[in-house]
Amino acid sequence: MTQVTVVDYGIGNLFSVRHALERCGGDVTLSGDGAVLERAERLVLPGVGAFAGGMQGLHERELVDPIRAYAASGRPLLGICLGMQMLSSVSEEFGRHDGLNLIPGRVTAIPHADIEGRPHKVPHIGWSELLRPAGTIWEGSILDGTAEATAMYLVHSFAVVPDDPAHRLAECEYGGHRIVAAIRSGNVSGCQFHPERSGEHGLSILRKFLERP
Amino acid sequence: MPNVRLIARLDIKGPNLIKGVHLEGLRVIGDPQEFARMYYEQGADELVYIDIVASLYGRSKLTEIVRRAAHDVFVPMTVGGGIRNVEDVGDLLRAGADKVAINTAAVRRPELVTEVSRRFGSQAMVLSIEAKQQAPGRWEVYTDCGRERSGVDAIEWARRGVELGAGEILVTSIDREGTRKGFDVALTKAVSSAVSVPVIASGGYGEPQHLAEIVADGAADAVAIADALHHRRTTIGELRGHAASAGIQVRAP
Repeated sequence: MTQVTVVDYGIGNLFSVRHALERCGGDVTLSGDGAVLERAERLVLPGVGAFAGGMQGLHERELVDPIRAYAASGRPLLGICLGMQMLSSVSEEFGRHDGLNLIPGRVTAIPHADIEGRPHKVPHIGWSELLRPAGTIWEGSILDGTAEATAMYLVHSFAVVPDDPAHRLAECEYGGHRIVAAIRSGNVSGCQFHPERSGEHGLSILRKFLERP
Repeated sequence: MPNVRLIARLDIKGPNLIKGVHLEGLRVIGDPQEFARMYYEQGADELVYIDIVASLYGRSKLTEIVRRAAHDVFVPMTVGGGIRNVEDVGDLLRAGADKVAINTAAVRRPELVTEVSRRFGSQAMVLSIEAKQQAPGRWEVYTDCGRERSGVDAIEWARRGVELGAGEILVTSIDREGTRKGFDVALTKAVSSAVSVPVIASGGYGEPQHLAEIVADGAADAVAIADALHHRRTTIGELRGHAASAGIQVRAP
C-alpha cells in the first residue's frame, strides 16, 4: 500500500479525503505534527473555507515551515481546493493574506458577472469540464489518463491566478471566464476541484497521485 | 450557464429511506445505503439526505447513515433534519457530509446561519426552505417538516438567508412534494431571482418535461428528485439523457 499523509490543521472535511484515498489504495495517516509531515512519503493538503482561517490553522500548529521543507524535498504534494489556494503567494479574500508561496501567484475573487456583464451566481458550485490550456501537457501529471472535458466538482468563490502561465495545468469555464482548475510546478500540484467528491473520475486522479514516482 | 446538477434526494426516518406526499403519509422504501450506492453508481451529481421527522423528536440517526454512506459515495452529500447548533453541524461534517441543510432551527434563530457559515464556510451552509403557496406569487415558510406555519415569507427569507451567509438554497414545494405534478416553477423562479447563490428545486418531479420547465422557466441551478428514483420509474442516467435532449446543459457522466 502507498503511504500518504493528510495534513490535519483543524479545518476541513478530512473524512471524505481520507476515505477516497483509502479507496484508491492509500495507507492514510492524518497528522498535524510538523515532524510527521516532513517525513511523509506523499502529502495531501486539503481544506475548505476561508484562506485566512486555513493559513492561521497552519501557523498555529507551526506547519508552514515543515510543509515548505517537505515540498523542497521533491516528494509529491497535492493541495485540494483551499489547500491548492494556500500553495499560492497571496490571497485577496477578506483582506490580504500570505500563503505558502510554493507556486507563485495570487488568489482572487471570481468575477460576479459573466464575460458579457450579466450577473451570475457566485460561489461557483457544481461540475465543470476540465480544459487543457494550450501547450500544457497532462502526461506525467495528476491528470495523466484523464480525458479532456471530464467534469469535476468545484465549489469556490476565489480562484488561483499563477504568476507563470506555464503553471496552469487545467482550467474550467465559468460565465465565459477561464478559471484555473489545477496547477503544477514540479512535484507540487493543486486542484481547485474536489477529486474526492468527483465520482470515479476524481478517484482516478487520486490514484494517479498515489502512483506517481 | 453551468451544468445543471441532478441530485438524488433521500428522505430519512429513523434508519429508513421513506417517501411521503406533501411531506406526510410516510412510507418506508428501504435501506438508505443501498439506494445511495445505486444513485452514486448511476452518476448522481450529489446526494441530499433529509431526516424528515428529526426536528419533531430531536433525535436522528443521520450521523450514522452518513458515516456509512461516506465509505461508498464519492460525490457531495448534503445532510439536514434536526440540526440545532454549530456542534450538530460539526458532527455531520466529521461523519462525511460536505454541507448541511437547515430549515427549522434557522427560522427560529437566524443567527445560526451566520454561525455555521463563519465556522465552516458558506459553501457548507445550505438554507432549506419548505414553502407552501398562500396566494399567487406569495409563499409561506413552514417548519418542522411542513407541519408548522412560520408566518415568514419564503422569498424574503431566502434573501435574508443569503445575507446571513447561506451559500446555497434548497427550495422544497410542500404543495408539489410527492405529487409527480411538476416542480413549483413560480416559487423556484422567485427565489432564484431574489438571490445570488445557486438554488436547488425540490418536490414534484413526475416526467421529463418537468426538468425542462424547472430549469428554463424556474431558473433552477439544480434539481432534487426522490420518489421517481426510489420507485425506479427513472434513473439518473435517463434523466441526464432527457435533460440533454431538452437542451439543458448537464455533465457527461
